[in-house]
Amino acid sequence: MPYDSILLVKQVPDTANITAEAMREDGTVNRTALPAIFNPDDLNALETALETRDRYGGTITALSMGPPKAADILRSCLYRGVDRAILLTDRRAAASDTLATSYILAQAVRTIGRFDIVFTGRQAIDGDTAQVGPQCAEKLNLPQITYLEELISMVDRRIRIRRNTGQGWEIVEAELPVLVTVMGNANKPRPPAARRLMRFKRARVETEVAAEVKSALPDATDDERAAEVQRRTQGLHSQGLSIEQWSLQDIGADLSRCGLAGSPTKVFKVQSIILTKEGYTEIPPTEEGARQLIHELVIDRTLG
Amino acid sequence: MIEPNPAGEVWVFAEHQGGSLQEVVLELSGKARALADQLGVATGAILAGANIQGFPEQLIAHGIDHVYTVEDSRLTHYQTMPFARVVCALIAKHKPQIVLYGATSVGRDLAPRVASEMRAGMTADCTDLEVKDVTDPRTQKVHEKLLLQIRPAFGGNIIATIVNYDWWPQMATVREGVMPLLGSNPTRQGRILREPVGLADTLFPIRLIEQHIELRSVNLKGSRVIVAGGGGVGGKQNFQLIYELAGALGGAVGASRAAVDNGYIGKDHQIGQTGTTVRPALYIAVGISGAVQHRAGMEESAKIIAINQDPDAPIFSVAHYGIVGDLKKVVPMLIKALKDRR
Repeated sequence: MPYDSILLVKQVPDTANITAEAMREDGTVNRTALPAIFNPDDLNALETALETRDRYGGTITALSMGPPKAADILRSCLYRGVDRAILLTDRRAAASDTLATSYILAQAVRTIGRFDIVFTGRQAIDGDTAQVGPQCAEKLNLPQITYLEELISMVDRRIRIRRNTGQGWEIVEAELPVLVTVMGNANKPRPPAARRLMRFKRARVETEVAAEVKSALPDATDDERAAEVQRRTQGLHSQGLSIEQWSLQDIGADLSRCGLAGSPTKVFKVQSIILTKEGYTEIPPTEEGARQLIHELVIDRTLG
Repeated sequence: MIEPNPAGEVWVFAEHQGGSLQEVVLELSGKARALADQLGVATGAILAGANIQGFPEQLIAHGIDHVYTVEDSRLTHYQTMPFARVVCALIAKHKPQIVLYGATSVGRDLAPRVASEMRAGMTADCTDLEVKDVTDPRTQKVHEKLLLQIRPAFGGNIIATIVNYDWWPQMATVREGVMPLLGSNPTRQGRILREPVGLADTLFPIRLIEQHIELRSVNLKGSRVIVAGGGGVGGKQNFQLIYELAGALGGAVGASRAAVDNGYIGKDHQIGQTGTTVRPALYIAVGISGAVQHRAGMEESAKIIAINQDPDAPIFSVAHYGIVGDLKKVVPMLIKALKDRR
């Protein structure tokens, strides 16, 4: 029996691999210099969705909220096999905290319409909050099953999952629809398929098409450019190469619940962690050094 | 959400599993006590389950004034929706100003669901909490005695201070092991209040089929001394040296994520953002480069010794003593120095 799934994915700065180029002189991290990547846990969620479709059939719709650049990860989803890709991009969604983000994503999921299961990664590496999954589930009034390690089966609209409990694991069952968050150790994400990559590397959202038209026709009038954008977008659409671009209007969002206005939590202060290279006593790597160190630890009562 | 309520209590969600309260709940009870004293209000705990005997007394001994209990045989095993219902119902009724949860698997599953239903703020994984007057830079309005929710973000590269001005209660999950566990006072007085919360059967959509509890075989949090090895140890065989040094010190063996990922040692030993947070009297980091994720889990240790071949390794930035050298030579020297002492 086929199942239709919706996959929530996020583009994040690569906080795990801070390169020298992203470090400032004072030892703090220049966040804007970090490369943007596919959030790792979301890749595992994508793989779980693909494996589920391999087994039972159905469709996968990938949905992301972010700037136009986030179309990159939707292309990655298309390379690996999703059926439909949607980018929710709107300046008024900027500065949303997890509550506002989940409201927007839930509205977009409702707009997509029919589905059996929502997959997303356990957490995103820029915030590590793990909140958006459970909060989307609440907004959609769906049961949530967090920390999936294995999707065991889907039989007669009942899903069976092994989930990590932090102190071991448990196997649980629920009736669809549900929202599931996937752990990074659930599977090994497949690489992009070569033929799909060749085909979908040309997939674009409308804002990207507009930017391309602007550089291709520097002397054209606004009307001429708009006509060209429409022509190209329709061309992509007819070839199945368009990534749908939605705004907050398209999902009927209440603007008072989006962005800064819809966010209860406010960042009051941000301090960069500074890596200093001072303040430790250097001990030579010798027997005398080792003896001296142990002696100091005894003197200051660290060792009894 | 509820309106800002400066007279509201400071609450802790009393998570329990396998017949005992989670240690983080007792850590948070002490913190809640300190915050409540500063605010001049009482503390409370939400205790829901099927079998909760003995827990209220334990909570009271650790600083809780009012234990709100919800007993229901269907709450034997945790699942999100009925527990969220209990917490939301009690918040709506008693209007606490602060609700704290342990940043455990359960806490991180439950708290965001509650926050979404209440349309309140929620800060994950705090490492510190303070109460202070805060001026909203946008409106210039002074908010008295707000909860500052302090947490690492951006993979640990920044420390963010989060506040909620007016969508209360102010809620946060707090990482295990970061708040000190204060002693208990068995003679402390408090009240146990039974709360009737109706739970419809539709709130129980999850059926538990099988459960497997892995007892933590390593007691990292309870150890005075931890010797931890990283990717630089270079192999399972060399990791024996880490065990020997820990043995000579009567300490526990920890590891960085790299060591666990390389298969040198089990995940139970992992220290850091995705493992256990520790604050021992002595922490010896051997062959650990000291990625922020690791440092976040150990930098509160009283004494830190770093042993690494790379003098530029970030671990030295949090160390009190540093030895730049080959661990295969340095560690045996330390073991010998310890044995000679006796």
